[in-house]
Amino acid sequence: MKQLILSTAALALSAGMVLADGHGKTIRLGTEGAYPPYNFLNDAGEVAGFERELGDELCARAELTCEWVTNEWDSIIPNLVSGNYDVIIAGMSITDERDEVIDFTQNYTLPDPSAYVAASEDADLENGVLAAQTNTIQAAFIAESSATLVEFATPEETIAAVKNGEADAVLADKAFLTPIADADPDLMMLDQEELIGGGIGLGLRESDTELKEKLNAAIATMKEDGSLNALLTKWEISGQF
Amino acid sequence: MACYLTTGKHMSIYYSVFTVLILLAVTAPIALLFGFVGASAARSRIAPLRWFAQGYIAIVRGVPEIAFFLFFVIALDQGIEYLRHKALCPDWSEPIRQGNDFVVCQAAKVPLGSAPQWLHETYGFALAVLTFAIVYGAFAANVLFGAMRAVPRAQLETAEAYGMTQRQTFWRVLVPQMWVYALPGLSNLWMVLIKATPLLFLLGVEDIVYWARELGGTKTPRFTDYPHGDWRMWYFLALLVFYLLFTRVSEIVLGRIMARLTKGQATAGGEAQRKAATA
Repeated sequence: MKQLILSTAALALSAGMVLADGHGKTIRLGTEGAYPPYNFLNDAGEVAGFERELGDELCARAELTCEWVTNEWDSIIPNLVSGNYDVIIAGMSITDERDEVIDFTQNYTLPDPSAYVAASEDADLENGVLAAQTNTIQAAFIAESSATLVEFATPEETIAAVKNGEADAVLADKAFLTPIADADPDLMMLDQEELIGGGIGLGLRESDTELKEKLNAAIATMKEDGSLNALLTKWEISGQF
Repeated sequence: MACYLTTGKHMSIYYSVFTVLILLAVTAPIALLFGFVGASAARSRIAPLRWFAQGYIAIVRGVPEIAFFLFFVIALDQGIEYLRHKALCPDWSEPIRQGNDFVVCQAAKVPLGSAPQWLHETYGFALAVLTFAIVYGAFAANVLFGAMRAVPRAQLETAEAYGMTQRQTFWRVLVPQMWVYALPGLSNLWMVLIKATPLLFLLGVEDIVYWARELGGTKTPRFTDYPHGDWRMWYFLALLVFYLLFTRVSEIVLGRIMARLTKGQATAGGEAQRKAATA
């Protein structure tokens, strides 16, 4: 066993030596790839969506070389702090709880109202069963309310839970739910909306202050020249700066 | 339809089938090797070696696989980076642990932050192989340990009576005969290993189950050329067929190996073969 670990280490070391002289640091952007329009995998299997275009533009403006990585939502913060990638760009709302563990840049979307999608108009939002993705602001919101919360690991499963009757309604970002409610005749969006969260920001390690400054500056320039607003319009995300 | 099944995303799932097959092909021999070394060490006359092997078997067998996969891989990854950090960046003044953060200098990253994505994936894959091998090696060690003890004592005594050394007895008498006792246990392990491959996703390797979930998920017309409803059932059905076929083929192959190993052995199976041959 030791032999194997040693040889793995040696292999990694020698591979490292060859590449060590290469260009500067590559910033790895971690995303979920399952939350359209923010981020999703397109037909070619590549990361696409609002955050793809935003991230590429931010990297260009901050003169960084960037690379996209997908990671499951559940372990997206632990993998950031242990250094598997450098930035979380996954539709993550800025909250105080998350801010204790990681750092956020300034927000690049305004707080998007969260909406309910249900199978019928008279779904019981007070005391019914509501679905939400684990570790989201929506899940925290339902947990505080009088309704019963059922959590799922992926956004897809929260929708499926409503369709098969396991949950009365699903609570999620409106921009995510709109295209789904439009495409599916069995589902409808309810009028009630909840204003939760403080907008979406990039998540960074708390020790990465230099990168945070660079990205903050890049977001500020995008807000100033209106290019961020253009992106928000293109991907039909509500709120303009 | 043909267009749909050959999108880049579908290519990824076909590719991940090979990932799983390669993982099995690489992991199984390594796990068997770990098991063999572990089992031999567990019956060693040198006490520390014996304790080490018995500890390995007991600890790894006793810890839930998921816990092991989550803990061990992160620990191993950080351990390698820590050692490289010490070696490559001696004049780094900041602490490595800053609150929740694990920060090593850029040159110590494995693979380097600037390395292409395939290198990151290969590294993840190598970690997966190693972890699978350690976990299943412990089970294999236990199986082989039992198999070594199941070889009739008379066989070993005969070998000693012929003047063979301990080493000769082990390699020439014990090892060739133990496989027939080990195979039922090992074949069980192989089946479990096949079914455990979806754990790959815990290690960041995108396996067939991940892609089946991703591809089967509802697709709205705005984000794809091929919108469809929730097709996960069909994708998982395909996976079911794949796994069943795979385990069925394994069973047939293992059955043949068993028949081959039983030949001339002092077991019930060997006895039956002898009778069938003479009849």
